[in-house]
Amino acid sequence: MTETMVGILLATLGAGTPLVFAALGELVTEKSGVLNLGVEGMMIVGAVCGFAVAAESENLWLGVVMSVFAGAGMALLFGILTLTFQANQVAAGLALTIFGIGLSAYIGLDYTSVALTGIQQIHVPVLSDIPVIGPLIFSLDPLLYLSFVAFGAITYFLYKTKTGLLLRAVGESPESAVSLGYPVIAIRYMAVLFGGAMAGLGGAYLALVYTPLWVEAMTAGRGWIALALVVFSTWRPARVMVGAYLFGGVTIIQFHVQGFGVDIPSQLLSMLPYLATIVVLVLISRDINTIRLNAPASLGKAYHPSV
Amino acid sequence: MTTNESTNLEPRLELRGVTKIYPTVVANDDVNLKVVPGEIHAVLGENGAGKSTLMKIIYGVTRPDRGEMFWEGKHVEVSKPAEARRLGIGMVFQHFSLFETLTVAQNIALGVDEPFDLQQLSDRISEVSHRYGLPLDPKRLVHSLSVGERQRVEIVRCLLQEPKLLIMDEPTSVLTPQAVRTLFETLRRLADEGCSILYISHKLEEIRELCHSATVMRGGKVTAQADPRQETATSLARMMIGRELPVFEHGAAKGDGTSRLVINGLSRRSDDPFGTDLKDLHLEVKGGEILGIAGISGNGQQELLLALSGEKPLDRSDAAAIKIDGHGVGHLNAAARRDLGLTFVPEERLGRGAVPPMSLSENSLLTGHRNGMVRFGLINNNKVREFAEKCVKNFDVRCGGVQAAAKSLSGGNLQKFIVGREILQKPNVLIAAQPTWGVDVGAAAVIRQELIDLRNEGLAVLVISEELEELFEICDRIVVIAEGRLSPVKPTAETDMEEIGMWMSGLFPGEEADNREIAHA
Repeated sequence: MTETMVGILLATLGAGTPLVFAALGELVTEKSGVLNLGVEGMMIVGAVCGFAVAAESENLWLGVVMSVFAGAGMALLFGILTLTFQANQVAAGLALTIFGIGLSAYIGLDYTSVALTGIQQIHVPVLSDIPVIGPLIFSLDPLLYLSFVAFGAITYFLYKTKTGLLLRAVGESPESAVSLGYPVIAIRYMAVLFGGAMAGLGGAYLALVYTPLWVEAMTAGRGWIALALVVFSTWRPARVMVGAYLFGGVTIIQFHVQGFGVDIPSQLLSMLPYLATIVVLVLISRDINTIRLNAPASLGKAYHPSV
Repeated sequence: MTTNESTNLEPRLELRGVTKIYPTVVANDDVNLKVVPGEIHAVLGENGAGKSTLMKIIYGVTRPDRGEMFWEGKHVEVSKPAEARRLGIGMVFQHFSLFETLTVAQNIALGVDEPFDLQQLSDRISEVSHRYGLPLDPKRLVHSLSVGERQRVEIVRCLLQEPKLLIMDEPTSVLTPQAVRTLFETLRRLADEGCSILYISHKLEEIRELCHSATVMRGGKVTAQADPRQETATSLARMMIGRELPVFEHGAAKGDGTSRLVINGLSRRSDDPFGTDLKDLHLEVKGGEILGIAGISGNGQQELLLALSGEKPLDRSDAAAIKIDGHGVGHLNAAARRDLGLTFVPEERLGRGAVPPMSLSENSLLTGHRNGMVRFGLINNNKVREFAEKCVKNFDVRCGGVQAAAKSLSGGNLQKFIVGREILQKPNVLIAAQPTWGVDVGAAAVIRQELIDLRNEGLAVLVISEELEELFEICDRIVVIAEGRLSPVKPTAETDMEEIGMWMSGLFPGEEADNREIAHA
């Protein structure tokens, strides 16, 4: 019984981690006032590029690095469109996703049947062998630890550093930030690029850890869920984590339910994680004051420098 | 140290031949300016005279096309606000540059160039704010502050940098008379300590009271240098607008004294979490009078206007809370209320009063369509044009004809057109929000006279304004809105700015002064 529980928890962490990366990245982007709807596209391009490089070089970490750059590259494209040329953010984001899905299918043509051994869990002597705590704390895969670090670092950055404060201020009122002499566009570029890099990492986790293989459209809407997580978590990192693991948990449980042969169409069960995550997050974030206090007021609006 | 006798001091700031040209307008044309240490120097001019552009150039937000700037005798180029701050220039913006969802301390941290330590900064904020009599709690969120307190945040942010030159852009437009006095004390004290102050304003009495010297601007040019203490308000006005200030005639009103617009127990929660709830409002506007509602913005004016105009109708059960000529209209939408003779001039000219890219004649159709302009769903273009032309002619709207886009008109002319459009519909009740906001003195005089004429015709006119001077000029009776409540109504002749100003901070008879303090304003 304990072993099953530990198994479910581990699988939950694994299923939630791509979302953790992508949603935390998007959170930083949105905090600067930019709405990038291209998360799905950046994630899947990150996944296929990482997988391709890992397969060719037989170096998984080179693959991870490639994913990060690929995600950031996609984000750069979005940044040029929306920040330099002031294109509509919603339209540009949607286009980015469609472009990313198509591009990834093309890049991935030769890799659909390639088998790869994914990134493995670490093993700490003695500690990893402690029952329950061992597998849950001391023998996870390195990227999972990185996602925890990313959560801590982003929270610290946003709420404890002056640069983080500035990022939030730019999302709140770019006009005020400019009148104080801050480079709004440059700050937004940084935030957009970071968001892309994190989405790429999310893709890497999918293709190199979670299911170490490449399948067309393998992100399966996780980019969209990441976007929803950011909104329904009212732009707070801790709630993003809760939402991501909730999604992961429901995903795993519905697999088990299917495994028991319960007489519910599998399509309905596959819907469950998406549905449950959104319902729960909507319920815990109904308070309009928290939304107003945490939502970036200029989200999605292009900033036209007038001077 | 008093340095007001400053004729032979080296100027702290000197501008020579500053010119800034925007695509449609020359904002600054060969402007020269000199400010010496310890001097409070007024820059006086109407809206659009180029004062704000000039200040942005000094603070490094905008770059001039031509001209030079000297700081303490040395030639300087200021290309960023951070450089201006390093020289010792601080600026308090007209539309504040604050972030609503951040705390006072966080806001100030973003405006000072020093290591990030919120705790230490908070201590300094408390210390400086008490030294200058500007109490502030560093931990409060800015959105919960009153307008006066927000201005304090901006001032304290500048004071922390120990500025040698402080720029104040229209600082009193949002303050009660009492808060203005406190501000003046702070400014005089700063000047006595040797700080130079550039004081931007179009309020003549204030400048005469406070400033040591004045530079007057009109149409981007410097038109006069004066010592405001030696001038009268009339002579300053002549320098500023090039002619005499207009005088208003009230005359006898036709009305029979019946109430035409009645608010009876209007209560409503605001949709906006940072908005103000309306609490049991009662008010009667009679035919043949102008009733003014004074108050600092954000005290329920927006919510009251939405309820009165019908943009956010009340529930059917509250129909009787608003009555027009005896009809309960609380549940009706804006169009149905207009059918009963209500007209409304909103605060935002572009977007709410008029559709910016549409022509004037199309814009007159928007609310004027009741006057036979539409038959069987088809527009009678001749009628529409006639209406628009009449409006342009009767109300002296300067424009490139009735086919000109609304956004191509200056603020004053567009406002004259909108007010005219509403008046030509022969209303029973007119509600006007900030009717002369951002409008030049000449156009404002026309609009005010139109409102008075309507009153003389026997209409009920309700004016909501933040400009006390305006309300005292045109209103028969005056009432104050503060924190979503209405004060008692007083005939204008029986009250004064002092009393109304006190009421604006929430202290009026019948209002228990529970946890409220005067300083809150």
